[in-house]
Amino acid sequence: MITDAKPIVTARIGVPESWTLRAYLEHGGYDGLRKALTMDRADVTQEVLTANLLGRGGAGFEAGKKWGMLRKAEPVYLVINGDESEPCTFKDHMLLEEDPHEIVEGTLICAYAVGASQAFIFVRGEFALGLERLTAAVNEAYAFGAIGRNILGSDFSVDLVVHPGAGAYICGEETALLESLEGKRGYPRDKPPWFPAVKGLYGAPTVVNNVETMSNLPWIVQNGGAAFAALGIGRSTGTRIFSVSGHVKRPANYEIEMAKTTFRDLLYDPKLGGGIRNDNELKAFVPGGVSAPWFGPDQLDMALDQDAVGKAGSMLGSGSVVAMDDTTCMVRAAWRITRFFHRESCGQCTPCREGGGWLDKVLRRIELGQGRESDLDLLLDVCDNIAPGLSWPPQKTTICVLGPSIPSSIVSGIKMFRDEFLVHIKDGRCPFG
Amino acid sequence: MARLTAENLQRARQLVALYPHPRSALIPILHIVQEQDGWLTPDGMAHVGELLDIEPAEVYGTASFYDMFFTHPVGRHLVSVCTNLACLLNGGGELLEHAEARLGVAAGGTTADGEFTLEEVECIAFCGAAPCLAVNWRFFGNVSNDDFDQLVDDLAAGRLADEVPPHGTLCRVRRRVGLTAGVPAGPPPADDAKPAQGSAQ
Repeated sequence: MITDAKPIVTARIGVPESWTLRAYLEHGGYDGLRKALTMDRADVTQEVLTANLLGRGGAGFEAGKKWGMLRKAEPVYLVINGDESEPCTFKDHMLLEEDPHEIVEGTLICAYAVGASQAFIFVRGEFALGLERLTAAVNEAYAFGAIGRNILGSDFSVDLVVHPGAGAYICGEETALLESLEGKRGYPRDKPPWFPAVKGLYGAPTVVNNVETMSNLPWIVQNGGAAFAALGIGRSTGTRIFSVSGHVKRPANYEIEMAKTTFRDLLYDPKLGGGIRNDNELKAFVPGGVSAPWFGPDQLDMALDQDAVGKAGSMLGSGSVVAMDDTTCMVRAAWRITRFFHRESCGQCTPCREGGGWLDKVLRRIELGQGRESDLDLLLDVCDNIAPGLSWPPQKTTICVLGPSIPSSIVSGIKMFRDEFLVHIKDGRCPFG
Repeated sequence: MARLTAENLQRARQLVALYPHPRSALIPILHIVQEQDGWLTPDGMAHVGELLDIEPAEVYGTASFYDMFFTHPVGRHLVSVCTNLACLLNGGGELLEHAEARLGVAAGGTTADGEFTLEEVECIAFCGAAPCLAVNWRFFGNVSNDDFDQLVDDLAAGRLADEVPPHGTLCRVRRRVGLTAGVPAGPPPADDAKPAQGSAQ
């Protein structure tokens, strides 16, 4: 069902010139920061813990806990991840363009709570308009006294820098992002032992949080963590933006209450996805970004609950749901996703660098009608070498999770649509043309 | 083939001042180089190396990791057509084929007049409007073949000059303030930093 919960992070989207300070202030802007600055730092963190705000980037780790894991040392850095690159995820892109001040305000609240000496918002380089709107917002916020020395008349001071990326999916991984922010190639760092909270930017304790996570903070401070936790069910609290795309009639971002709405609501409700285009049958859907294993129509009634989706063998991930109707060639879909991972592999680890390429080539030949009967076993064997056991969450053979995400679409495709793969091989062509 | 102009050198120095360690300004400065020349020239990269006290090879080695940086000349308009999943499902592959036919170059190629470079890109986070593309990272959604032809005509005729700046120009809004909070000094260089010059053997 769709609940009547009001949007938290997208409330201002649609307001004329929602990205300007004037519009932001007319709609309660910077009141959350003002309130936070009158509170003890520990109390701000406590509200976020009470809210049980799960990180909105993809891993879904409790934001407040992340802040509490910081090594006690100076300086502390805060880095906001706006490198949104998970295919079919387009919520942060929207937030950066439409409500940059909300991100800035949330970032400042977080910086205050963790005692950061400097904050960076890492924005995906391709988001030119987002960079322009956020940079303008930061200029406005400095002039308004909300960033810099003695923020809003308090004794808290912090600087905020907007940092453009330069095009690399892997920089959405937090340690690769830190390497990139240090001016290097975006190679993920091996962890454990050192998570960014212990050794982050320049080796200093660092909090890395997603853009949408920050956008929730002004509301949480204003309304209290308990009010946030009252929305949703269990650990999945508050509202969340879901990016709906693919073969739906109304592809868009929808902010809905967590855990109370199902995938069926999200894809079919007239106010949300609006149903499958041409009223075709749904064949399968991606529940949380292309790294996630696919679901079939039999799982449509599952709630958008982080733990329920995890137990069913996939993930809510970055919150992107992609519908594929019955005209979709699943070999082509799996091949395209695999080609993406192969192209975006940073090349540090052999299973990912080499395995991705082999899988890309084998899927290509199946799709082009030159596959062999043994190719399905070969695909699964290579996948098993990247993520032994082919379980979810995957076993790792690599520094980061990019490699172990490659098998998701292939294993899903073969498990759910084995006959379709075989028809490609037996007929020597793609049945979908 | 140019080093940074005096104005851009000034912008680069302002960027360096925003970070606890100068090298963090490398990627933002490379965007300035690309804005100035349309691509990363060897002279431009060498100049950036001098500015940050790193070898030109380190500048190139970093730049070559990132898809947005070009170490060879590209067209004034970089047309980036997405074919990742949401676009694939909505005709992105067919749009790319049409773009290749219309521009007369395969993905990765540049038209003879230097106006257009066409590339196939991974998801550009505009999936609500698939199939989509970007020109110099300005986004266009729900692009039909006819829309594409019109877009190319408009770009070639200069009718979109305000919306779509030349390739390399990323963020047209400049930061107006430096650091004002009184940031404490950054931590000492990490373990893997290069040793100080002249250190004892």
